[in-house]
Amino acid sequence: MGRYLVRRLLQLVPVFLGTTFLIYWLVWSVPGDPFAGKCGERTCPPSYVAAMTAKFQLDENVFVQYATYMKNLLQGDFGTTYSGRSINDIIATAYPNTLKLAVVALAIEAVIGLTAGVLTGLRRNGFLDNLVLVSTLFMIALPVFVVAFVLQWTLGLQLKIVSATVSSEMPFSELIMPGFVLGSASMAYIARVARTSIAENRRADYVRTAIAKGLPMRRVVGVHLLRNSLIPVVTLLGTDLGALMGGAIVTESIFTINGIGREVYRSIVTKESATVVSIVVVLVLVYLLMNLLVDLLYAALDPRIRYE
Amino acid sequence: MSEQSAPGTGGTGRPSGRLLEVDDLRVEFRTRDGVAKVINGVTYHVDAGETLAVLGESGSGKSVTAQTVMGILDMPPGFVTGGQVRFHGKDMLTMSAEERRRIRGEGIAMIFQDSLSALNPVFTVGFQIAEQFRVRRGMSRADAKKRAIEMLDQVKIPNAKGRFSNYPHQFSGGMRQRAMIAMSLALDPEVLIADEPTTALDVTVQAQIMDLLGELQRERRMGMILITHDLGVVADVADRIAVMYAGRIVEEADVFDLYAKPAHPYTLGLLDSIPRLDEKGQELRTIKGLPPNLMNIPPGCPFNPRCPMAQPVCREKVPPLLQIGAGRASACHFAEELVNRD
Repeated sequence: MGRYLVRRLLQLVPVFLGTTFLIYWLVWSVPGDPFAGKCGERTCPPSYVAAMTAKFQLDENVFVQYATYMKNLLQGDFGTTYSGRSINDIIATAYPNTLKLAVVALAIEAVIGLTAGVLTGLRRNGFLDNLVLVSTLFMIALPVFVVAFVLQWTLGLQLKIVSATVSSEMPFSELIMPGFVLGSASMAYIARVARTSIAENRRADYVRTAIAKGLPMRRVVGVHLLRNSLIPVVTLLGTDLGALMGGAIVTESIFTINGIGREVYRSIVTKESATVVSIVVVLVLVYLLMNLLVDLLYAALDPRIRYE
Repeated sequence: MSEQSAPGTGGTGRPSGRLLEVDDLRVEFRTRDGVAKVINGVTYHVDAGETLAVLGESGSGKSVTAQTVMGILDMPPGFVTGGQVRFHGKDMLTMSAEERRRIRGEGIAMIFQDSLSALNPVFTVGFQIAEQFRVRRGMSRADAKKRAIEMLDQVKIPNAKGRFSNYPHQFSGGMRQRAMIAMSLALDPEVLIADEPTTALDVTVQAQIMDLLGELQRERRMGMILITHDLGVVADVADRIAVMYAGRIVEEADVFDLYAKPAHPYTLGLLDSIPRLDEKGQELRTIKGLPPNLMNIPPGCPFNPRCPMAQPVCREKVPPLLQIGAGRASACHFAEELVNRD
């Protein structure tokens, strides 16, 4: 187990370098002038452009730029924007907000998705089953911004049950609706995966054994059946945290949440490539670590899985 | 066995002081392709301290009968269309689900064929045994563990204490089946149904498991229903044998009577198909043909297309299971002739 963990962590190094370089290269190759519009109405004076070009090594090739960026990154320095703001500060303010939103979304999709999946998996072809199948199809088919605007308008503006936007302190009560919106598609997938998994394992021999032992149905389902059906659900949930954080751009702008989505969008528009790369690099780390966590969770859920 | 004067002559619908009785049970599977009549009036019983072997080919309905008794039949597609299953004289099929659940494990317990799939792969063997003491007896974690280790010890698993925290896949086939037996006996059941308990095991291990089962059954004075298709297994442990074919009991008899003078051509065919040393090198004897399609059972005796003795009457009239002597019954029009031949 210890050796497995070390090996997995070592494997992260090339994956991290490869993905971050790709991102760096992609952002670097986007055409456009970072200093367009930086100096008000006029074009920027050549002296300013020359100074900035030297400072940010803009005339160097992408490999040199990437190497410098990585060198600073390993010392914990994400660099600065062209206007001199520390990117570390931007990340420190934006990431916790997005993380909070993503965790709320993850919790909502886990609870609702799993409950719906278990209930429908046990009783297929019933009313609830059909209801869930149709509604999950809707959730998967509808784009996030449609769900977001519809809920914001009806619940927030017409019925005034919840606040239509999120205030800067981000209280939990105001995050429920954005969290639901953000997690809606994944919730539908989780419900469907859980349903299939439960229905498949419902007929397993060990479930029959558990019933033959005279255990109450609650325990047969909640202990024997659920534990065996959780693996695909855990996989989805684990890899979803990264996807939720990366996919929060639309949700964040609709509900005015000051998170990484808005920062990335702003940085792309203003050609702040260092900021874009830095935010995405942290996302990559979240993805990689969640993947590792999921793999470790497998062993906890199924003892037949061994790490050599 | 002489006091069991009328085995399987069935369908009285009245309690008779037996421990467990299956009375004219009928089960069908309703599938998209049609209705399969899987159990067509099965009647048998088992009393404390005796072993009834239920013998039959795959698809003869022996396991479905047991699953119906246990209440673990998948419904749908299964439907019980008639008959009773009485435990201490009380019909279990009309009980509340909760009443029935309480009988499972404590009144009637079951051992399954494939212990690897029958045990939950993600929990330790110890947990799965101790679970019953905790849930059904309300014991503390520590007490339940102690009792579970005692159970593992009773089924002669070496180093029971150390094995407690092993997972099913870490056991060998034989040891796993022992653990399965320990689990089924945890709540001290009055009846044990063993559904082909040795089919998935090596021959040498088979004998050990059967010996263990026989020993535990005698010690605890349990009624045991041993479901098998293996005539060799039956001879050692069973007191009585019920032979099933196409969802019916076709013959029921004392072990000695059945082996000495089978009263049904199907039983005769089964006994004849045991390979014999003095016929080494010759072609093995088999029963010609296949068991009937349960969606389309032939009229008359269901065995008639395969029966070497079949007469016109066999294609017209279903032979009822009739008593033909002390403690034996046969469902063949020519049972008397069969028993009385030399």
